[in-house]
Amino acid sequence: MGKAWTFGENMNTDEIIPGRFNITIDPKELAKNVFCEVKPEFAKSVQPGDVVVGGPNFGCGSSREHAPIAIKGAGVQCVIAASFARIFFRNAINIGLPILECPEAVAGIREGDEVEVDLSSGQIRNLTTGAVFQARPLPDFVLKIAAAGGIVNFLKEHDIQELMA
Amino acid sequence: MGTLVEEIFSRKAGRRVQAGEIVLLDVDYIMSHDNTTPLAIKAFREIGKPIYDKNRIVLHLDHAYPAPNVMAAENHRKIIDFVKEQELPHLFMQGVCHQVMLEEGFVTPGAIIIGADSHSNTYGVMGAFGAGLGSTEIAVAWVTGKCWFKVPETIRIELHGQTQPGVYAKDVMIHIAGLLGMDGATYRSVEFGGEYIENLPMHERIIFPNMSTEIGAKCGLIAADQVTIDYLENETPAGGQPSPQPLSRGERGQVPSPLGGERRVRDFELLRPVNPRYERVLEIDVSTLTPQVACHPDVDNVKPLEQVEGLEVHEVYIGTCTNARYEDLEIVANMLKGKRVNPLVRVIVTPASQRIYKKALQNGLIEILMDAGCTVTGTGCGACIGRHGGILAPGERALTTMNRNFVGRMGSPLAEIYLASPATAAATALTGRITDPRKMQKSE
Ligand code: SF4
Repeated sequence: MGKAWTFGENMNTDEIIPGRFNITIDPKELAKNVFCEVKPEFAKSVQPGDVVVGGPNFGCGSSREHAPIAIKGAGVQCVIAASFARIFFRNAINIGLPILECPEAVAGIREGDEVEVDLSSGQIRNLTTGAVFQARPLPDFVLKIAAAGGIVNFLKEHDIQELMA
Repeated sequence: MGTLVEEIFSRKAGRRVQAGEIVLLDVDYIMSHDNTTPLAIKAFREIGKPIYDKNRIVLHLDHAYPAPNVMAAENHRKIIDFVKEQELPHLFMQGVCHQVMLEEGFVTPGAIIIGADSHSNTYGVMGAFGAGLGSTEIAVAWVTGKCWFKVPETIRIELHGQTQPGVYAKDVMIHIAGLLGMDGATYRSVEFGGEYIENLPMHERIIFPNMSTEIGAKCGLIAADQVTIDYLENETPAGGQPSPQPLSRGERGQVPSPLGGERRVRDFELLRPVNPRYERVLEIDVSTLTPQVACHPDVDNVKPLEQVEGLEVHEVYIGTCTNARYEDLEIVANMLKGKRVNPLVRVIVTPASQRIYKKALQNGLIEILMDAGCTVTGTGCGACIGRHGGILAPGERALTTMNRNFVGRMGSPLAEIYLASPATAAATALTGRITDPRKMQKSE
């Protein structure tokens, strides 16, 4: 369970974390400046388990992995968006940041609402309003990567074939 | 049964796969360059496992090469040291990565090639699956030989008719970018086909998969045909050994690599869409199209040239993986022969690869360009990413043959970038204002 932080459409990777902060890939360091221009209070107030809610084409722009790393580093449990930009989608999965596509939930969640997410079933509950939304459940392999904390960590312990097993 | 991307993935998977499925597939080649390899090396060290198959790794120094500053030099050093340490056979300093991948025969029909570069879509011109990924995934592929993919839905673009003189594939693709928009094909495979594409030579076909990136596509594909086979036979190291069964399956060929390894160049299958189900089919008649320009600041801010005609430019840049092939230089040279470009405009030509440069030199194109007042630089990405070779100042406007015009792409964020065909670039170089190439070509 966590608080919802809402963002608009076409959030690009520079709005998630401006290029000038990309000199590090340390998640905690990046998290200090995540969303600093569009929502300056975010980095200071975000709590582990909070949820980021975004409009269509979330994460568009560069192919840099810093953007999902910064969001994950802030302790965000998952990103719910109407849709994701392609490379952000892949990068988020690979670095172990769960993402759910669900335009209905995006329309039905407001800033500050309490939200509960079940990643394996894809169910999203807005505890503030009582509304329930259903995203497509995350595929098993994504949950495996997320559980390991990213694909690099997954590979330290497992063979890649186990992803699909 | 399926779209071209479903056919390519099904062949690799050894079973039928469909859009929406997630598959783990063997990749034929894994490409990265001086910008993206250092991060991949870092992830590789973190994983701590050995490389799966050295022959599948292809590295290029092209984005900032020769090094324009110490940081670029350090990146090159890191990569060359890594190549020595791991005894990797394929390191190239021969020009823009995507062009060299094609010329060296790494890209064959039906292959799956991933690259740490967003324009890896280019490989789709050979009927191969090519897609851009982040550096971590490149490292994962180095140690596993595999990559996961979500099989994409397909948008089919059916191109009919023939373009008029002075109108090129670049104009057609810019027009498509304007129609579909920058996120018009996100996650999708875009298949380009129809009689216009079938009649097009390889160097013009390349524009479509290359710029499919600009409309958000995962890949841009053209089904392989005789033009593809001829290219493999005549322009790559597989040359001189005609395939015994053209139009079916090519045999395996081994070609030695500069650093002692070998590469397979002709293990391919000519796949075609079979009873495909498309998400959407777009029919476009190219015969009425006029020269097009993608205007500052977005690639989908497309206008017919006449609407921006006469706009002053400060630099004309002819280069990149989109439009700096031999035939592009030939178009430009034909238009500039015996003339002088506007003396107040910087006109920079960066041939895409050493091979192109050499051929242009041998055939006298470079001399024509120089006599006309162009600056011809060494090969590589050149001014395309604003690191060197033609950076723009605030307030300047450039007309270029590049594929994207993001704000700040060529240097100052206060500069404007306009994208067009090589012919439009040549006409514009002569006058210093955006100029319709048809007016300059008429007199010939
Ligand atoms: S020429 Fe430009 S678009 Fe092509 S690979 Fe180089 S930097 Fe990228």
